[in-house]
Amino acid sequence: MLARLTHLDRLEAEAIHIFREVAATFTKPVMLYSVGKDSSVLLHLAMKAFYPAKPPFPFLHVDTTWKFREMIEFRDTMARELGFDLLVHVNPDGVRDNINPFDHGSNTHTHVMKTVGLRQALDKYGFDAAFGGARRDEEKSRAKERIFSFRNAQHAWDPKNQRPEMWKIFNTRVSAGESIRVFPLSNWTELDIWQYILQENIPIVPLYFAKHRPVVERDGMLILRDDDRMKLHPGEVVENKLVRFRTLGCYPLTGAIESDADSLEGIVSEMLTARTSERQGRLIDRDEAGSMEKKKREGYF
Amino acid sequence: MRHALANKVEAAESVREYLAGQEQKSLLRFLTCGSVDDGKSTLIGRLLSDTKQIFEDQLAALERDSRKHGTTGEDVDFALLVDGLEAEREQGITIDVAYRFFATPKRKFIVADTPGHEQYTRNMATGASTADLAIVLVDARQGVLRQTRRHSIIASLLGIRNIVVAVNKIDLVGFDQKVFDRITAEYAAFAESLGFKSVVPIPMSARFGDNVTRRSDKMGWYSGPTLIEHLESVVVEEEAAERPFRFPVQYVNRPNLDFRGFAGTIASGSVSQGDEIVVAKSGKPSTVKRIVAQGGDLRTAVAGQAVTIVLEDEVEVSRGNLLVAPAARPHVADQFAANVVWFDEQALLPGRSYILRTETDQASATVTDLKYRINVNDFAHEAAKSLEMNEVGVCNISAQSPVAFDSFADNRTTGAFILIDRISNATVGAGMILHPLRRSENIHWQSLDVTSKARADLKNQRPAVLWFTGLSGSGKSTVANLLEKKLHATGRHTYVLDGDNVRHGLNRDLGFTDEDRVENIRRVAEVAKLMADAGLIVIVSFISPFRAERRMARELMGQGEFVEVFVDTPFEECAKRDPKGLYARALAGAIKNFTGVDSPYETPKNPEIHLQTLGKTPEEMVEAVEAWLNERDIAEHQYDDGGGI
Repeated sequence: MLARLTHLDRLEAEAIHIFREVAATFTKPVMLYSVGKDSSVLLHLAMKAFYPAKPPFPFLHVDTTWKFREMIEFRDTMARELGFDLLVHVNPDGVRDNINPFDHGSNTHTHVMKTVGLRQALDKYGFDAAFGGARRDEEKSRAKERIFSFRNAQHAWDPKNQRPEMWKIFNTRVSAGESIRVFPLSNWTELDIWQYILQENIPIVPLYFAKHRPVVERDGMLILRDDDRMKLHPGEVVENKLVRFRTLGCYPLTGAIESDADSLEGIVSEMLTARTSERQGRLIDRDEAGSMEKKKREGYF
Repeated sequence: MRHALANKVEAAESVREYLAGQEQKSLLRFLTCGSVDDGKSTLIGRLLSDTKQIFEDQLAALERDSRKHGTTGEDVDFALLVDGLEAEREQGITIDVAYRFFATPKRKFIVADTPGHEQYTRNMATGASTADLAIVLVDARQGVLRQTRRHSIIASLLGIRNIVVAVNKIDLVGFDQKVFDRITAEYAAFAESLGFKSVVPIPMSARFGDNVTRRSDKMGWYSGPTLIEHLESVVVEEEAAERPFRFPVQYVNRPNLDFRGFAGTIASGSVSQGDEIVVAKSGKPSTVKRIVAQGGDLRTAVAGQAVTIVLEDEVEVSRGNLLVAPAARPHVADQFAANVVWFDEQALLPGRSYILRTETDQASATVTDLKYRINVNDFAHEAAKSLEMNEVGVCNISAQSPVAFDSFADNRTTGAFILIDRISNATVGAGMILHPLRRSENIHWQSLDVTSKARADLKNQRPAVLWFTGLSGSGKSTVANLLEKKLHATGRHTYVLDGDNVRHGLNRDLGFTDEDRVENIRRVAEVAKLMADAGLIVIVSFISPFRAERRMARELMGQGEFVEVFVDTPFEECAKRDPKGLYARALAGAIKNFTGVDSPYETPKNPEIHLQTLGKTPEEMVEAVEAWLNERDIAEHQYDDGGGI
């Protein structure tokens, strides 16, 4: 009697299959590396998929200049230790115009620094396939997206006209300028991610673990004051609280939660009793109805 | 402090225990399908809600949305949980498949919520292709509808063997057993021939939750399982591991000269170090040396695992081939029969060339014969010349190179393929292979000693196919005729294939429908290929209105042999010249399917030669063609350089 594959075994195999399919059929793939837990899992799977070779594509980080400092440190350490080819792109127009989440709001900031920044980087290098760590359980419009998600030459997603995706037979054909976004973690849930991190002992940014950190309460969220570009409003005070993050993005847009979970087990245990979704800590999703779909149509991941 | 730490350690242990338990759960992938408004999305929303998969912030958003878009009055509209696209919420319909995840203490589930509208059938098929069970919803007030039937047939063709007939909205017919019994009987009669292993009817109200996760107290007459009870316990055979070993080679991993591994996902069976295998297409045997994985080599790997295999011998293997068990080999053939579901607005046309893609292989392919279309209402086999969007039919398919495959009934992975449009790259159809065609096994290429090059050398020329395309009356035949005269005068061996002339003989059985135009071009392209093979310079003068067929002709010829010549005369000018009086009659409606009038002409995008005819004489145009040919040494004498002296 042969061993039965576990749920995680199957998810892992599916993701590895997807990585290899892209490497075999595209001319110039890239993996979007955003340093969060999903990216960490994605990176781990990419290393596995091509072992003993290195992944045959570079890793791209679209930096907004507003990421947590610990994320940047972690990113550079990983690139050094695993020896992957790291590309970092910052939208130079955004830097010139000093686009930031405080003066311009989360919408404009995200659009200029992330969506436009990403489009610039993809055009600059001429990538025809880009891996992302998005999962279908994250958000309603993500639940609708294919694993191989077609983008036209303007990087736009047309949700009403997606290619059928039958079995594991992926249509990887694109014309010049067109590209495909590829999501190997489509069928993973947040619990699967943590479970896999635990099982495989995958390194993640320490911000996911509870620690005393200087936070400010603003708009009902606990914001970590990561540097003094964040000016305090009248009445606001910096408090040292025991907090951690469920997701990571730009620090002024990502709310911390009060928690004492300082181990992976603690995080999982907390998650199992959580009554809110992980995207609740993301300001960008609440800006307007259907905001994720809109961003994706514009080329956001 | 010590106490707190002890608590934490204990908690960590219980988390690990809990996770280990999660890992032991089996997974069921299912879809919901059926006609529009039968309550598919509502049912999934209900399942998610009752199994506590919805977070507070999502529930708050749902309540907000329900007030804005909801169709359930004061109540929460669960459909809005899954209809995630703006267009869907505005129109209150499901357009594309949504994948949702939930778990109960007994099992994990991935559910595909698929659209009911006929125009989105391809999205339903997408959801069904990876599912093991289908919940077919039926509105108790409506009974079995056309879409109920269509979705059931597609589910059956795609290999789904377990069906739940969810007789929904039973509250709206007063929880009446007679209605339930009637629908159950009607479905059973209809589904008899679809080969399902289990068909389980359940009366329910997705909106109020009756018999979904909670046993209804209003249907004492029903003693069967609730939906969730059934989903938790239904046995879906895990048989892939028991079948013969199949390993589609996906990627050749070759980081350096010392390592050559074949990466892929095991489609069926298992493999161990030391096992003998055979390369399917060549029949070459070898032995498995290593099964490489990051944490250390594996002794054995089973269906579903993504691994890298190293062989003992240096055998030729590339992407698209299969490594298989020597005692149970797949078919290797270039022709086979298959069930095809068509997805595209442009109909499937026999004779047109598509890209056929299996999990890892790819080949040009044409449908040589559309045997019949299946009527979704009564399963009647109907004669058809084309397969329209959302139709299902049985076809013979011919690939340009041999493919290794099993029948879909034997293997859902190695028996499936998709068809891709050559121009738009759209996925236009999906196929399930029935069996190889014997004729492909018995007809082999006869190899001939006198080669194509030898024949051309004797004529002292390089063969070519000059493909003139353009509207009727654009001047193709005039230029072609003049060009041949000049080439002939300089000692070239030529032949002109003219559209009108060929239609008098070889193609006299063809009309002017899209299907016949495709076949018309296919035959002429094959004849041109034979002539080029004989060493001739072939001049083809055909309207050839479709890009796909011109591309097919191009790919049929040798490298550099095909020269597309676009004779570009505006429609108005052609209609004015009207040398055969055809435009006048077509514009008056007396001729149907006339190119440029009621049948399209697809302009060449990158022709080798573009002749804009306005203001030019035929002689000038012929000179332009000759100049192009001379530059490439096609029409000039190929004198030997007398090598040796």
